[in-house]
Amino acid sequence: MLHLEFMRLAFGAGIVVGLLAPAVGFFLVQRRLSLIGDGIGHVAFAGVALGYLLDLPLVLTALVVSVGGALSIEGLRARRRAAGDQALALVFYTGIAGGVVLVSAAGALNVNLFQFLFGSLLTVTRTDLAVIAGLGAGALVLIAVLYRPLVAVVVDEEGARVSNLPVVPLNALTAALAAVTIALSMRVVGILLIAALMVLPVIAAARVAWSLRSTILISMAIGLASVLAGITTAYYANLPPGGTTVLVAAAAVLLAELRSAPAHLLHRLAR
Amino acid sequence: MPVAVRLEHVSFAYGPGAPALRDVDLTVERGEFLAIAGPNGGGKTTLLRLILGLEQPTAGRIEVSPRRRGYLPQRAQTPIDAPLTVRELVSAGRVPRSRLLGPARGSDRRAVRDAIDRVGLGDRADRRLATLSGGQQQRAFIAKALAGEPELLALDEPTTGVDVEAQEAIAALLQRLGRELGMTILYVSHEFGAVEDFVERIVLIRERVVFDGSPSDLPGVWHDPSHAHAAP
Repeated sequence: MLHLEFMRLAFGAGIVVGLLAPAVGFFLVQRRLSLIGDGIGHVAFAGVALGYLLDLPLVLTALVVSVGGALSIEGLRARRRAAGDQALALVFYTGIAGGVVLVSAAGALNVNLFQFLFGSLLTVTRTDLAVIAGLGAGALVLIAVLYRPLVAVVVDEEGARVSNLPVVPLNALTAALAAVTIALSMRVVGILLIAALMVLPVIAAARVAWSLRSTILISMAIGLASVLAGITTAYYANLPPGGTTVLVAAAAVLLAELRSAPAHLLHRLAR
Repeated sequence: MPVAVRLEHVSFAYGPGAPALRDVDLTVERGEFLAIAGPNGGGKTTLLRLILGLEQPTAGRIEVSPRRRGYLPQRAQTPIDAPLTVRELVSAGRVPRSRLLGPARGSDRRAVRDAIDRVGLGDRADRRLATLSGGQQQRAFIAKALAGEPELLALDEPTTGVDVEAQEAIAALLQRLGRELGMTILYVSHEFGAVEDFVERIVLIRERVVFDGSPSDLPGVWHDPSHAHAAP
């Protein structure tokens, strides 16, 4: 399998995405914004459509439009102009509607959009891999460097506000990181399923971890294992890698739940 | 004593409805341990949020001189759905006093350990918060606020869901910490039986200030009978 260049490229991109998606998703899940990835994914679709219309690199247009959408959601929430779910719905539906209109205007409705919606092993180019590796590594370093203030905000947002932490910029950064992750992941997992890779490994990790730090590290390990297993299965079974990857991550949640169930039962009996 | 908090003719309303607070005047000196009490819906939490800058008054003026502020919100708990240790919680409270970028310095780790020891949770620092009792969890949140070395510590109903003995232990702890660290403490509660032996002053709020003075000057009928030291 690895003698094929497209598979090496897919694995290279998958490794970055598998590590990055749960690392960003960790902060979204803790802020009860698990579905923001879905909303930004739909906005990314509009970005892809814009790329077709303007004949520009699709990753670039998806990236720009996704970051704009993510910051809009965060801005609406921060200014209390709309509740979190309303802000999400507004950007979510505007994104998908804009995408359909733009794709149609570009005459690209006959393009195989499935590769962007659900991922495709054949679409990762060397240039894509360079962009994904560069931006992905940059995002991971940013998370490592800002880990403590990001955690301080998710643990107690009002407390952080009272003690003069820059809560609004930190929340905007989290949203922008989510957008970058989605734009980078659309080749491998697809924009409709990437949100799952941001959320499911974190849910699984929280069931078996013993601290916040162990939760984020275990979730990254689960994300990486899910992508590697998903891509391998997709290759041998000729399936879209997004679907197989997310099913592996969902299986990890189930296994973690089964593993933690006896401990919960014992705890209840002890009480 | 220098003034820590001064409110002049402060009013506040949530939206176009009836005001939650009307024409409140209040001065708190630095280092004072003040209880703000009153009925549910009387405006205590609103008053605290105004002092902390989380809400803006619709009328009047608010001056708060301490720049380092610690806050324990009502029913202090974190919204997160992941295991959180006491040390991680308290470390989050240290972030405003440390550099933002990179790992914590040795001095920050010492400050976190010191805050945990001060509330008597030194032997539980690496336990998960969810495994502690309600009173211990409140102590952990107090340690989180202390880790930021606050000059002003504001607590909103810090003993909700905690038994009477633990309530009084927390009040005694706050009194000791206030004296040791020179903090101004604002303690909001719908009942004040647990703190009236420990605070220097009680302010009762029902939209306005209806009592402001020493606990010993409280009319007998207002004392809380659930605490053994309450006046007859």
